[in-house]
Formats: sequence, C-alpha cells, structure tokens
Amino acid sequence: MTPELVADHGLSPDEYERVRRILERDPTLTELGVFSAMWSEHCGYKNSRRLLRLLPTEAPWVIQGPGENAGVIDVGDGWALAFKIESHNHPSAVEPYQGAATGVGGILRDIFTMGARPVAVLDSLRFGDLDDARVRYLFGGVVSGVGDYGNCVGIPNIGGEVVFDRGYEGNPIVNAMCLGLLRKEELITASATGVGNALMTVGARTGRDGIHGATFASEELSEGSDESSRPQVQVGDPFTEKLLLEASLELIKSGAITGIQDMGAAGITSSASEMAGRAGNGVELEMTSVPTRERGMTPYEILLSESQERMLVVAEKGREGEVKAILAKWELEAVEIGHVTDDGRFRVVENGVLVADIPVLPLTQGCPTYEREGVESEDIVRLRHTDLSEHLIPEGDLTKTFLLLLGSPNIASKRWVYRQYDTTIRTATAVRPGGDAGVIRIRGTTRAVAATTDCNGRFVYLEPRRGAMIAVAEAARNLACVGALPTAITNNLNFGNPLKPHIYYQLREAVLGMAAACEAFETPVTGGNVSLYNETDGRAIYPTPVIGMVGVIEDVSTITRHAFTASGDDIILLGTNTEELGGSEYLYVTADLVAGAPPAVDLDAERSLQGAVLAMTRARVLHSAHDCSDGGLVCTLAECALGDGESPLGVRVKLDDDVRPVGVLFGEAQGRIVVSCDPAHSEEVLRIAALHEVPAQKIGKVTAAAEGFSIALRAASVSASVAAMCDAYFGALPRLMDTPAREI
Amino acid sequence: MKAAVVTFPGSNGDFDLREAVQWVGGEAHIVWHRERGGLKNYDAVLLPGGFSYGDYLRAGAIASLSPIMEDVVAFAKAGGPVLGICNGFQTLCEARLLPGALIRNEQLRFEGRDIRVRVERNDTVFTTDYRQAQVLAIPIAHGEGNYEADKATLERLEGDGRVVFRYVDARGEPTEESNPNGAWHNIAGIINEAGNVLGMMPHPERAMEQILGSTDGAALFTSLVSSLVESA
Repeated sequence: MTPELVADHGLSPDEYERVRRILERDPTLTELGVFSAMWSEHCGYKNSRRLLRLLPTEAPWVIQGPGENAGVIDVGDGWALAFKIESHNHPSAVEPYQGAATGVGGILRDIFTMGARPVAVLDSLRFGDLDDARVRYLFGGVVSGVGDYGNCVGIPNIGGEVVFDRGYEGNPIVNAMCLGLLRKEELITASATGVGNALMTVGARTGRDGIHGATFASEELSEGSDESSRPQVQVGDPFTEKLLLEASLELIKSGAITGIQDMGAAGITSSASEMAGRAGNGVELEMTSVPTRERGMTPYEILLSESQERMLVVAEKGREGEVKAILAKWELEAVEIGHVTDDGRFRVVENGVLVADIPVLPLTQGCPTYEREGVESEDIVRLRHTDLSEHLIPEGDLTKTFLLLLGSPNIASKRWVYRQYDTTIRTATAVRPGGDAGVIRIRGTTRAVAATTDCNGRFVYLEPRRGAMIAVAEAARNLACVGALPTAITNNLNFGNPLKPHIYYQLREAVLGMAAACEAFETPVTGGNVSLYNETDGRAIYPTPVIGMVGVIEDVSTITRHAFTASGDDIILLGTNTEELGGSEYLYVTADLVAGAPPAVDLDAERSLQGAVLAMTRARVLHSAHDCSDGGLVCTLAECALGDGESPLGVRVKLDDDVRPVGVLFGEAQGRIVVSCDPAHSEEVLRIAALHEVPAQKIGKVTAAAEGFSIALRAASVSASVAAMCDAYFGALPRLMDTPAREI
Repeated sequence: MKAAVVTFPGSNGDFDLREAVQWVGGEAHIVWHRERGGLKNYDAVLLPGGFSYGDYLRAGAIASLSPIMEDVVAFAKAGGPVLGICNGFQTLCEARLLPGALIRNEQLRFEGRDIRVRVERNDTVFTTDYRQAQVLAIPIAHGEGNYEADKATLERLEGDGRVVFRYVDARGEPTEESNPNGAWHNIAGIINEAGNVLGMMPHPERAMEQILGSTDGAALFTSLVSSLVESA
C-alpha cells in the first residue's frame, strides 16, 4: 500500500491511519476501495455532516427524517409523501445527456424504494451564459436527458428552474427532485433485518461503468476531466427502470422482502453496508454470485460499480422464490448474492476466499467528519459593499430595458425546456411547469401536493446567510401562491471545495440561514444531498443551496395559478417596493454586474405574507397569485399578463411609491406577491391582508391584450405591446437554441 | 362495456386509460402482454401510450411482434373496436392494422403540450359524441408522432375520409404552425377501412377533467361506451 495509492483513493494520510486502526492491519486493495467510496464526501458527508446537524428535522407530520433513501411526511387522508432531491453535477459536466438522465433515474429509485409510487419530477438546472457554444451543448443535452428518462418511465415533470450565469460556466448544476405517494402503512425502509435472510440483487447486471463515481463526484474538475472521466459516468436505461419500478412496488406489496435500497453511489458496497448498519447486523457477500455484464470483473470492480437500475433487497428466508417470480414477470433478474449475519461485519468472499472483512459501523458511521476553517473572502465583502446608486439612474428608455430583461434567458419563458417533458402523464398534474409551483392531485381525495425548487445563487454568493434565507422564503412564497401550505424541505447543497476557507464559510453561513428560515416557517429538512468540489480549474460555482419544498393543499378547488384570468380584474400588490438592486437580474443584464447586498428578508413578515395569501386562496377570492422575484415587479406583472402564451392579457398599473423608478420596476425586494381578483372581491382581499398585517395596495387593472401593457410611475413609465412582450418572452430561448451557431 | 388495456413492458399510459374508461362509467382491466387468449372476453381493446420495450428500435416495433398482438389482430378482424393512443398508434401501424408510419418529430425533439385537433368524422364508434368539425384541446406527449405515408396511401386516406383527427389552430384551420410534429396533412389520428381500428397521437385520456386542463377527451370514451352498450 503506497501513499500514492492511498491518495488516489481520495483518503488523507490521517484517514488511512484510521482505516488501519479499524482493521487492526493494512487494508487489502479491495478494502481500500470500499473505504474510499464510503468515506467520500458523497457518501460520508465528511465536510458537511457537522453543519447539517444544525438543521431542524422534526415536526409532527414528519414520518421519516434524514438518513433514509428519502424523507417522508404525512399529507392527510392516510397518504404519505416521499420526496428527495439529488445532484448529478459532475457527470453532467462531462456527459450532459447521460449525466442528467441517470440523475433522474437515481432519484426515482430513492423514492420507490420507500414503497412510494413516483408521481412527479422537478429539475433545478444551472449553466453558464448561453452565448457560449459549449454551454448550449450542455444545456440542450441535460434537458433532453432529463426529458427522455422521465418521459420514458412515465413520470410527469411539474417544474423546477433554469438559471444561466457565468458563475456556473464549466460546472453546471443538475439537481433532480422526485415526489412519490404511498399509503402510510406501505412505508418500507432500507435495513437488513433478520439474520439468515437472503441479500438479492434485482434489476440490471453489474458492469464496469461508474466505478468510483462517488469518489469522482467528490473532486474538482479540471481541463482534462472531459475525456478521462467519461468512464466514470453511468449510462441510463429508463426502460429497465420502468420495469424495476413496477417490480419493486409489487415486491414491497407482497411482503416477501424486509428491506430494499437503490444501488446508487458506491453501488453494492454502500447499499449492503448501509442496510446492515441500520439494522445493527452484518452481511456476507459472494462476489461470484453477482450477475455481471462482462467476464473477469474483480471484487474491487463489482463492489464499486455504479451500473444503473439495480437494487439490493433483503428477502424473507424461504420467500426467495417469490421474489424471483415477481422479478421474472417483469422480465428482470433477482439473484442471491449473500445473506444477513449477526456479527456486524461487512464480509466479502470470492469463491469462498475472504477478500474484505470490515466492521460495518465504523465503515458506515465512522467516516471522519471535519469542521473546517471558514473565513469570508474579502473580494466578496468588497462586492457586497459596492455602491449601486449610479445604477438607480436609468440609462436610456425604461421600456427597452424592460423588454431586454423579459428576453433575458433567466426571465424568459422556459417553454422550450418543459415542452420536452411529459407534464400530463398519470393524469394528476393540476398545475404544470411555468407557474410558481407544480401541483399533483391525490386521486380519490380532495387533496393535492405542491412542490417547487428555488435558489438565487447570486444572493447566496453575495451574502450566504441571507441568500439561503431568501431561497427558503421564496420557495414558501411559491407554494403559498398556488394555495399550498409549506410543509417540509429537501435540500441540495451545491458548493465549491470545502477545504478552502472562503468556501467553507459559504457552506456554514448558508446552512445557518437555511436553518433559521426553516425554523421560522416550520418546514423541517427531511433529507437531501451535498455536492461539494463544484470547481473547474480552481473556480468555484456560486454557492447554491437549492431548496426543494413541498406543501399540502387540502382542497383542490382552491388551487390558484400565476396568470391573470380576466380583463377588468383588480391587481393588488402585497408587500412593499424598495430600491434594493443588489444581485439583481437588472444589474447582470444592464451592467454585467453581480454586486451589492442581496435584498433584506424579514422572516416574520414572510410568514405573515404566506398566511395572508393562503387565507385568500382558501376564501376563493383570488383569480391569480404570483411571487415577485427575478426581474422585479415589472417582469412579475408581465409574467402574469402573458401566462403560457395561450391567452395573454394587458395590464394598466399606476404606482405611487416614493421609490426611484429603477428600484420599483426592477429591484428584487423580498416579501412581495402580485394577486388579481374580481373587483367585487378587492375589499375582502385587502381586509385579509390587513388582518395578517401585510401591506397591500390596489395598483391597477387587468385589461384586454389589445390595450397593451402600461405601468405609470410618479416620474416615468413603461409601455409595451403584448406582441412585443410575447416575442421577447417566448422567443428568447428558441432563438438561442434553435438557431445554428454561426447566426447568433 | 368492458375494455382491455393491453400493457407491454414499458407502457406507461395504461393506468390513465383505465381511469378514463372508468370515469365515464365503463369497466376496464389491464391485461399484461403475456396473458394470451383473454381478449375475446372484452368489448374493446385499448393500446396505451408509453415506450414499449424502451422504443429502442422504432417506436412500437417490438411490441407489434409480441404474441398478444396476434390476439389483437384477431379481435380487430372480427370487427371489435381497437384504439391505439400514442405508442399504441405506433404499434398499430407497425402491426399493419393501420397504414403508414410515425417517424421522429420534424424538430427532432420530444413535444409535450396541449394542441388542438379538429374532429373530421363524428360518425365513427369513437367520435359520435363530438360535433362534426369540433375543435378539441388535448395534450400530446411524443417524440415520434410525425405521420408519414406514401402518396397513394395519403390520397386513399383522405378520399375515404379516414382521417379522424387533424391538428388545427384556434380557428380550426390546419396550418403549418398548428402542426406540432410535421405530420403529413396535419394528421393526428386515422381509422382503418372497416372503421373499427383508430390510432391517434394526442391523449384524450389526459383531457377528462377541468382541473387537469381540459375535458375535451371525455366524449371519445363516452362515444365508445355508448356505442358498445347500444350494440350489446
């Protein structure tokens, strides 16, 4: 065992010493590989675990908190919701189509291994600027990878986000979230109980793909990562996944198995050892029994392969035949590869000869965790204190600036993306992508669940704690806008290299901000994923703690959507306009600048605002509700007017705030929601707002499209035709993506 | 009325189709593709959407070779109503129960959204509850829905009035812009000569309730149920 070999496995000399102490001898190469995977950041959370403990994880409605394949909450009427988000950033940077596709596959398996039927997918994507040809390649590949996989398995995509900013160049962020429904009593967990029970692999065979994917995901990328890392990216087979999904749910219903886990990162190693660890048992595995795709695979390769569409199940003793029969019906294999033991050891044999023998708990729980030094970068302190006052003075025509923003890829309609997704399969999608949150009704009840993903990485970059609070607050606002009570979150912490003090600072601050907001909104964290080392050639991405939040709607007839519905309706603004421009899309588009302090966030006020909007939706007095975020109030009003483009309307608004025009129009002040209602209900809307102590003002009317879009301020105005807005808003992404490169 | 929803490995619209039939008061059962010989107990056979066998070859090509397709062909030849939606339509074409083929969408991308189709024939067992020329808003969700046939076949289809649904715009006109996949003559659905086998790309089973966006698909299932109740 040379120091180089240890280093190649991503273990520090100290960590290697720890391995030796645990084993009381030198590890074999196979054992070194096992430790390397289990103690990688991806599996072992070594740099994040201590911080994650700061997050609230409990509430009366939480059935399963962190530590399982997915979190589970009670959503009423005997139904439970399993949900989780996971990243596939590194694979997608190297091979966008397969990287993204397998990301969807993995998250689906995390859900159905809880006994839940996947009912919706969301995708949270971030790329560099679209004027770069490679970025367009990554974006196009990721979107078709997400689409093809989910479409084929037959799970509707109900939302997510797509962000373009040079902060993600070279290191795209691909986070996929899945929701699954189950009857509460059908919950199954991933533990290897019952000494003597058989361990069986089900699904696809084991190949040489993705070996050491977990370790790869825990490293920085470099110029050469492209070609040399391809073999670490897995290849997805959604057809097999669909069969595996149906077979797994049938297996769970049959009662023939006691535990099931996806073979995700670190494959057989992590699934077998983690299942044993949770039950306090051991396992013994025979490598020659594992069905492989190719001959001559070593135990090292078999243990660390990340071939997709495989599961590990623990079959009740004597019922192995039943398991095989169910799998055979779905034209899949189930093969016994070992059994549960009582000695607490992870033991691997090849033809009966011992090749690895490791105590389970030190392997699964004993990963060293670190509290690193965290110091804020002075560059960022300077950026945050940038004087933005000159940007409050408009340069040129405000209408032109408005149309420029509306056509910015970050604000423009994402129709080009979600039209590549099946959003209506399973006939439960009550709110499709393009709104504030996606909504899935629960058949046979009046209930529905809503979900959204949110994070403004620029805000987190400029001030991590506040930025993370904003991410949680925005997610909760989005849910309230569709009429859902925010209930719980799953998070995906996408950061750079935590060994760098300024990155660790971002991570710690973001976790603290998230914890504060989750406490304030009573939305505990039930699990998630950490993706560190998102750096290319030493440049880190914006710190991006993506919030995947779910909510519950008790009565589907109260669901509210973002688009205005009727000419003549009143438009009411909840919340207060300010002059805050820090981190705004306006600055990025007009001045190529990411600077200033992110807008202030008042968690109590946010909570009141959510309460007010929910009360309004329940009182059925709203025709629409839309969160005010990227691009400011003017872009929010435009999105309400344009909807999905099928029947756009006009807007006539007059604003009398004592705030400079650029601030009112384009500032991204928090805590604002635009609602519309029948004039007969305006008073009631204002009354409910007052009751919740939420500032509210009638700002104008919805008009016919022909009357155009006009916003009058004290000393300025914006006025555009709906046709020009549609062209900017709906045309932007197709123009960038469907035009041959040389014409751009 | 009792309908069989034939499910192949990789079908994923089977549950939706069963729900749609039940929603209008019919009975529907999912029949796994290996269960031979049972279709004669049903009044209608429905082939659902999805990606049978992953559509790794041509869409529907492997499913069309599945042994149960012999039963489906026999059922159709005996005059039983057969409806194929999306992957089901592709499978019917591959099985030669319907002419032509569905190739990749012109834009080479999956297309999932609401489109409009015009009812070209309201005198089939599948469309009696629609008005002639009624314009329906129904979702599509496919990557290979570009209907193609040789000139003679197209002329025969048009001449015999066998185009049942055509992509149109809001005014009911079959324009190029309203065609979501490049299909010849904006064809969205066709019927066989005998008038008992319908294939269509749009998903009427996903347009049954207002909360999901549209109720325009429901009349297809009420048509089928009532025509079968009458004939029984």
